Amino acid sequence: MSAPLLEVSGLRVAFATEAGLLQAVDGVGFELRAGEVLAIVGESGSGKSVTAQTLLGLGRSPGARIEGSVRLGGEELLGAPEETLRRVRGERVAMVFQNPMTSFNPVYRLGSQVAEAIRAHRPGTSKAAGRARAVELFEAVGIPDPERRVDAYPHEFSGGMRQRAMIAMALALEPELLIADEPTTALDVTVQAQILDLLARLNRERGLATLLITHDFGVVAEVADRVAVMYAGRVVEEGTLDQVFYEPQHPYTWGLLGSTIRLDRERPRRLAQISGAPPSLLALPEGCAFRPRCPHAFGECPQVPELRARLTDSPGHRDRCWLAPERKRELR
Amino acid sequence: MARFAARRLIGLVAVLFAVSVLLFVVFTVLPAQNPAQQLAGKNSTPQLVASIEEEWGFNDSVPEQYATMMGKVLTGGLVSYRPRVNVLEQIVERAPATLSLSIGAAAIWLVLGLALGYLSAVHAGSWLDRLLTGVAIAGVSIPVFLIAPVLLYLLSYKAGIFPSAGYEPLTGNPWQWLTHLILPWFTLAFLMIGIYGRVLRSNMLDVMNEDYVRTARAKGLSERRVMTRHVLRNSLIPIVTLFGLDFGATIGGTAIITESLYSIDGVGNYAAQATANFELPPVMGVALYGAFFVVLFNALADIAYAYLDPRVRLGEAPRS
Amino acid sequence: MAPDSPPAAPERARTRGPWALAGRRFLRNRTAVAAAVVFALIVVFVLSAPLWADRVAGTGPNQSHTLEKIEVGGEERDVVSVEGLPIGPQWLGAGGKFFLGADGRLGRDEMVRLMYGGRTSLLVGISAAALITVIAVVLGLLAGYFRGWVDTAIARTLDVIWSLPVFLIGLSVGVSLALGGLNLGPVELSGGSLLIPIGIIAIFSLPYVARPVRGQVIALSEMEFVEAATAQGAGPLRLMWSEILPNLASTIIVFATLTVANSMLFEAGLSFLGAGVQPPNSSWGLMVSNGVGLLNTQPLLAIAPGLMIMLTVLSLNLVGDGLREALDPRSAARVEVRGGTIPAEGAEGAL
Repeated sequence: MSAPLLEVSGLRVAFATEAGLLQAVDGVGFELRAGEVLAIVGESGSGKSVTAQTLLGLGRSPGARIEGSVRLGGEELLGAPEETLRRVRGERVAMVFQNPMTSFNPVYRLGSQVAEAIRAHRPGTSKAAGRARAVELFEAVGIPDPERRVDAYPHEFSGGMRQRAMIAMALALEPELLIADEPTTALDVTVQAQILDLLARLNRERGLATLLITHDFGVVAEVADRVAVMYAGRVVEEGTLDQVFYEPQHPYTWGLLGSTIRLDRERPRRLAQISGAPPSLLALPEGCAFRPRCPHAFGECPQVPELRARLTDSPGHRDRCWLAPERKRELR
Repeated sequence: MARFAARRLIGLVAVLFAVSVLLFVVFTVLPAQNPAQQLAGKNSTPQLVASIEEEWGFNDSVPEQYATMMGKVLTGGLVSYRPRVNVLEQIVERAPATLSLSIGAAAIWLVLGLALGYLSAVHAGSWLDRLLTGVAIAGVSIPVFLIAPVLLYLLSYKAGIFPSAGYEPLTGNPWQWLTHLILPWFTLAFLMIGIYGRVLRSNMLDVMNEDYVRTARAKGLSERRVMTRHVLRNSLIPIVTLFGLDFGATIGGTAIITESLYSIDGVGNYAAQATANFELPPVMGVALYGAFFVVLFNALADIAYAYLDPRVRLGEAPRS
Repeated sequence: MAPDSPPAAPERARTRGPWALAGRRFLRNRTAVAAAVVFALIVVFVLSAPLWADRVAGTGPNQSHTLEKIEVGGEERDVVSVEGLPIGPQWLGAGGKFFLGADGRLGRDEMVRLMYGGRTSLLVGISAAALITVIAVVLGLLAGYFRGWVDTAIARTLDVIWSLPVFLIGLSVGVSLALGGLNLGPVELSGGSLLIPIGIIAIFSLPYVARPVRGQVIALSEMEFVEAATAQGAGPLRLMWSEILPNLASTIIVFATLTVANSMLFEAGLSFLGAGVQPPNSSWGLMVSNGVGLLNTQPLLAIAPGLMIMLTVLSLNLVGDGLREALDPRSAARVEVRGGTIPAEGAEGAL
């Protein structure tokens, strides 16, 4: 087994706000291997977006306190000088954001914005070469009539097209890792499927490792190899797609899956809901963060459960729940 | 783009027409006094009044009066009566002074205002930021006729650093030209520095929070490129418009009080002197001249905006 | 086991209305409060004009004392010297007479004039602002609510006024009317009437308030609570009065304050050039123009009224800013100076 491409451990991000210290990410760790698709799933407020942005040092606001380690191919990124991060961004790790409508600068043509990404890392690139590459990339992501489209302005594109253009721009320097932060959330359902297909295809054809952030399990099922479920700033379950879907070990995951309509099960009379609301990140409950909403809470729960594998035959499947595996099978 | 420009310029003509009608009404219809009497001014004689009535056709119908007046204006026949000078000639003669004042002040307020705005956006919340806010509020609150007399009294009369009055043409003596204009330039610029700084600061703070700036960073652009090609480029667009309007207004002679206080014989001062003597034709002439430039620059500013922001050009998002 | 005593009643949540909250926010803003105090002092200052004139200076604002002498520290001094130079500020040396000196050849008491002139300046400024606010709100409501041709007519007119060099044109109107007064149909005003500058300022400053109000009304009228009220059968008048207007309140308050400042600057500019307040009335702007001629010998004659204008406008701007922060930190009450912030056009017009 080769060394993982991306190793995150002990990541903690807190923001100093007027109302107190907001712990957005509380000890998150995961690994991503080359060519793998890891999906991070969670509700809003779970800390998944903050995690994603912190990886590239994009969330550096003055009030942020960041600890932990983010290693890309062995190189430590957290706390690295700006110049190091700048080199990594776009060239080794590319990022695609949630809102394609506002992610492009409206006053420049799309092609030139793609070329700008290229020139940031290959300064000698001529205008013609940049444009040609942009056309190539547009074609690779399935934008029709790329020769003409490259000269268009962002507002002339639909949302789906703009997201494709974003992905094209991300691929410009052939990065090793693509971080996609809720890439389909702002899009129509039909367009969502197209973008996910595109991401899956890019992963297959180019071996592009992908970190996919989403709140939608349906999206996860389409593309992911492995899944990490986040809640209140922590990873509460982690495993392969099959493991998490068919043998979920954490009550929160049960809740999430239960509220998803699945084709492989009988349609429930009512969609299950997780009662209550996510905790305020300013005042996390003691012990297991899910305890207040968990229908199965018991004596052990006031202690923070570690994230570890509790099933003897699935060492890669880890979770944070004190319940014994047999008991979980009963309750699920 | 061309169609957009054409439309704006046609609009310009329409507005000028409206202004001319307005001024006509103001000068002839509204006043309780006989318009010929008005035009004759303070020290008039009955003969003068009668001859004015003939010349301007005040005995004709209202639309005809308007036609006569506009004829006079457009053919440069607008004349003031005491003393008897051609208004247009006067305006042309005085234009260079106003131009010198406007261009110099504009350069100063742009450079200082934008620099201050940029720095306070980048260091938001710092002492520099608070300084800018202070300057801005002071600029809007301290009227020209306080600044000018104070500056003149302290720096010109008492300290003798700057000459006190008048305008020296550039072609005559460049150094004199400069020293005579420094105080007026800064007086005029003082108000604007604060405004432009605040506008740029506000725009930059908004833009810096935009998603596309985050995208630019994520692409690996250097901080400098992010600030210039993305933040500044987008923040400056509304300022181009604002500058177009303000510069047009300044050239158009709205710096009346400044010119008057510093005894600069520009177009604005012409209007000021005429006002003091209750002479109407020069005031009317300057008002039209001013309106022309303001409306022209208004249209130019709109065109520039469309050029800079493709969304407007292609008829998409409304101007933000 | 039964509890010994009933559980303590939960402490009543203390709710505060938005106005009270805003009031507290304002009071926490020390700059704004200081400015409000300064403005109040200025108002008191000008209101005590008759008191000062009677008890201290013993003269009126238009009384000339060219050939008189006053007693200063035991000596007798000419109010206006033989060469025509007026006496300088006596402060309290002559018992309060000619506190700031005499105002020129005519030998009038500058301090008394300052106070009376202030009354006019404030009167014109506040009246104009009141007029502007009322008309702008009405126009904004009509245009923003009814849209269609009403909106087009109103908005176009506002646009035309807004795109003109208002000060120059206001000047033209002022000059024209100052000579002979106004005669338009049933309206007849003499050349010296204060209504003329008030009217000029009002008409030409209208767009600066009306346009933003209109914008807000449009935004508000598209909100759901208006739809809901319409569904309940509320007519347009009722809607405008009880649904939209209250939401405009904070915008209106901020604008009203800032408009007083701008109107005062506009008036000062007009009067300075002679196209505003006419003698025998006096205003601070007029006093500055009178004093400029004597700048080198008696600088106070020009600087004192200029300073008063500045203090008044500055304090009003600070209070307006403070109100804006208190009522809604991100409010829409930004005077739209063709893309800028701060009420600038009024001041710029008086360049």
